[in-house]
Amino acid sequence: MTEPNPPAATFTPHPDLPPPAATTGVIGWLRANLFSSPLNALMTLLVAAALLRWIPPILDWLIFSADWSGSSRQDCTGEGACWVFIKQRLGQFIYGFYPEDQRWRVNLVWVIAVVASWPLFLKRNRLQVPAGLFMLFVFPVIAYGLYTGPLFGLPHVETSQWGGLMLTLTIAVVGIAGSLPGGILLALGRRSKMPVIRTLCVTIIEFWRGVPLITVLFMSSVMLPLFLPEGMSFDKLLRALIGVVLFESAYIAEVVRGGLQAIPKGQYEAADALGLNYPKAMGLIILPQALKLVIPGIVNTMIALFKDTSLVIIIGLYDLLNSIQQAAVDPNWLGFATEGYVFAALLYWVFCFSMSRYSQHLERRLHTGHKR
Amino acid sequence: MTTPLAGAAPARPPFWNDPAVRALVFQALALIAVIALGWYLVHNTQQNLAQRGIASGFGFLNNAAGFGIVQHLIDYSPADSYGRVFWIGLLNTLLVSVLGIVFATVLGFVVGIARLSRNWLVAKIAMVYVEIFRNIPLLLQIFFWYFAVLRTVPNPRNSLAFGDAFFLNIRGLYVPRPVFGDDFVWVLGALALAVVLAVLLGRWARQRQATTGQPFPVFLVSLAILVVLPGVTYFAAGQPLTWDIPKLAGFNFRGGWVVIPELAALLVALTLYTATFIAETVRAGILSVSHGQTEAAGALGLPNGLTLRLIVIPQAMRVIIPPLTSQYLNLAKNSTLAAAIGYPDLVATFAGTVLNQTGQAIETIAITMSVYLALSLGISMLMNWYNKRKALVER
Repeated sequence: MTEPNPPAATFTPHPDLPPPAATTGVIGWLRANLFSSPLNALMTLLVAAALLRWIPPILDWLIFSADWSGSSRQDCTGEGACWVFIKQRLGQFIYGFYPEDQRWRVNLVWVIAVVASWPLFLKRNRLQVPAGLFMLFVFPVIAYGLYTGPLFGLPHVETSQWGGLMLTLTIAVVGIAGSLPGGILLALGRRSKMPVIRTLCVTIIEFWRGVPLITVLFMSSVMLPLFLPEGMSFDKLLRALIGVVLFESAYIAEVVRGGLQAIPKGQYEAADALGLNYPKAMGLIILPQALKLVIPGIVNTMIALFKDTSLVIIIGLYDLLNSIQQAAVDPNWLGFATEGYVFAALLYWVFCFSMSRYSQHLERRLHTGHKR
Repeated sequence: MTTPLAGAAPARPPFWNDPAVRALVFQALALIAVIALGWYLVHNTQQNLAQRGIASGFGFLNNAAGFGIVQHLIDYSPADSYGRVFWIGLLNTLLVSVLGIVFATVLGFVVGIARLSRNWLVAKIAMVYVEIFRNIPLLLQIFFWYFAVLRTVPNPRNSLAFGDAFFLNIRGLYVPRPVFGDDFVWVLGALALAVVLAVLLGRWARQRQATTGQPFPVFLVSLAILVVLPGVTYFAAGQPLTWDIPKLAGFNFRGGWVVIPELAALLVALTLYTATFIAETVRAGILSVSHGQTEAAGALGLPNGLTLRLIVIPQAMRVIIPPLTSQYLNLAKNSTLAAAIGYPDLVATFAGTVLNQTGQAIETIAITMSVYLALSLGISMLMNWYNKRKALVER
C-alpha cells in the first residue's frame, strides 16, 4: 500500500514557536518551584535570607577558620573549630582504653566482619549460605576470642577497657543478634492458641515496651546482682547487654508479629494440609515469608537500637559518646566539647543514615510478590 | 494400605499425639518453668538482701529526704519525705513531657506540611532538617544543647537580653511572671462565658445550615466573642494583670520565672528530635489520602481551603493519630534522659538520688517502672478504643 505523494504546493506548517521563556530552563524551574505564588515567593526569600545568614558562619567555623594540624591546644589559635583535639583523641574515641599495641585485634575483627558479610549484601549468589553460617556461628567466637584474648593465647583485655566506637558497635551488634531469636519466639508465642503461653508472651512484650530503656539499664545494673545466687556476678558490660537484649526483643517481637499477621490464612492452612507439624510449618512456610516482609521494620529497630546504645553512659560504660564526654572534661582540652559532639554526631549520623537508606532500598527490592 | 470404611470411626491417635493433650502439657510446663524461675529469683533476692542487711518494704518513703532539688512545682524542703520527692520528680517529668509534646506537635506538623510544599527550597530544608536530627542519638543532642550551648552563655552580669524582659545567662532563662490581681477572676469568668457562647453559636449555625442551607461565619464571630468579651472585662476590672519582670540585683536576677538550663536543654532536644518523627507521620498521613479524594472534592466544587478541612484532614488524621500517640509515649519515655544532665525528673531524683541514699533498689525501681508502665498501658488502651471508634467500617 503506497500513499500518493502529496502535491508540491500543499500546506507546510509554520515552524513551532519556542515555548515562552518563562516556562522553560532555569527561569521556568524557578517560577514553578520557588515563585509560583506571592506567598511562595515570600517564603523562598525568607528561607534564602536565613540560609545566607547562617550557613557561611557555620561553614567558616567548621572548615575555613578551623585548625587542622598540630598536636596540642596551643595549635588551636584560629576562630574556628579545633580539629586537632579530635585528631589527638581519635584512638580513644574509636577503641576506648583498649591497649594501643593490641588494637590490631579490633581492626582484624572489623575486617573479618566486613569481608565475610559482603556476599550477604549482594544479589543472590553461591557464597551467601556459607557466609551467613560463618557470621552466625563462627564469627561470634572469633570476635569474642580476639576481643578478650585468652582463647587465642593473646594477652587478656578486660571488658572495662573496651570503649569508644568499638563498644558502641559491640553493644549494637550483640543487641540485635540476641534480640532477633528472642523476638521471633515472643512473636510466635503471642500468636499461639494456648492461653497460658499467649498471656505470658503478651505480658513480657508489654512490660518491656512500656518502660524506658534507662530504667531497664538501671535495673540490670542494680537489681540483677540481687537476683543471682551468692558469689555469682557478671561484669558491667554483660549486665548492660542483658538489659538491652531483653528490651530490644520486645520491640522485634512486635515487628515480627506484624509480618505474621500479614501472611494470608491460606498459607497456614496449606501448611496444615501438607501435614507439617508446628515447627516445620513455621520454619519452612510462615517465617521465611513473614521475616522477608518485616526486614525494613527490623532495620528500623536496629537504627533505634544503634542510637539507644548511647544510653549506656548512664551506667558508666565508655561508649563513643561517653569517651567524648570524658575527653571534653580533660583539663588539657577544656572548651572543645562542641568539636567532640560534632564529630560524634557525624559518626552516628553516617551509620544511621546509611542503614535507613539501605532499608529503603530493601523495601523497594522486596516490594515484589506479596501484593494481593 | 487399608482404607477406613465409610462411617467407621477412625482409630483414636495415641494420647501423646492428641493436640489438646499436648497443648495442656506445654502450658503446664511453661507455667512450672515460670513459677520455678520466679521462686528462684525471689529466693536469691531474699538471701542477698538478708546478707547485706537491707530491710525491704516501703517504709522508707516516710523518712526525711535531706537533699535539695533545683526545680519543684510544689513546695519542697530537704526535711520533706522521700514520698514527696517521688511526687516532685513525677511532676517534673510530666512538665517536660507535656511541654515537649506541645512544642514537638506544632513543629512536627509545620515541618511535615513543609516537606510536601510545592516550594522546592522549603521542602528541601524540611527534608534536610528531618534527616539530620532523627539520625543523631537524642542523648548526644541533649549534651550538645546543655554542655556546648547553654553552659557557654555568659554569667548573670553579662546576660543576653531579649527586649527588656527576657534574659539568658548561665543560671537559666529568665522570663516575666504574670501576677494575677484579685479581680482577675472576672476575666476568667468572662472567658468561660465566651467559650460557652462560641460553642452554642457553633451548634446553632450548624442547625441553621442543615435546615435552611445558609452558612454562617462561625469562625470569625466566635473569634470576636472570644477576644472582645474577656478583653472588655479585663479593662472594666481595672487591668488586674501585672508582670513581674526579672531584674539584675547584685550577682543574680530577682523576680520573674526562671527556666533552669537543664529544662531548657532537655526541652529543645526533645522537641527537635521528636518533631522529625512527627513530621514523617504527618507527611505519610497526608500522602495516604488518595488523589482521587481531592479530585472528587474539586468536582463537587469545593474550594481549596474546604477541601483541606473537610476531605483531606479528617482522612489523614485517621492515619496520623495512632503513630502520633506512640511518638508522644516515646517522648515521655525519652524524657528519662534528663538523668544524664541532672534535670530532676522521676528517674534522676527517685531512681537515682533516693536509690543511692536508701539502697532500696528493688522498691524504687519497681515504683519508677510501674509509673511508666501505667502511663504506657493507659495510653495504649485509650488508643485501641479510639482506633475501634474511628476504624473504617467496610461492607
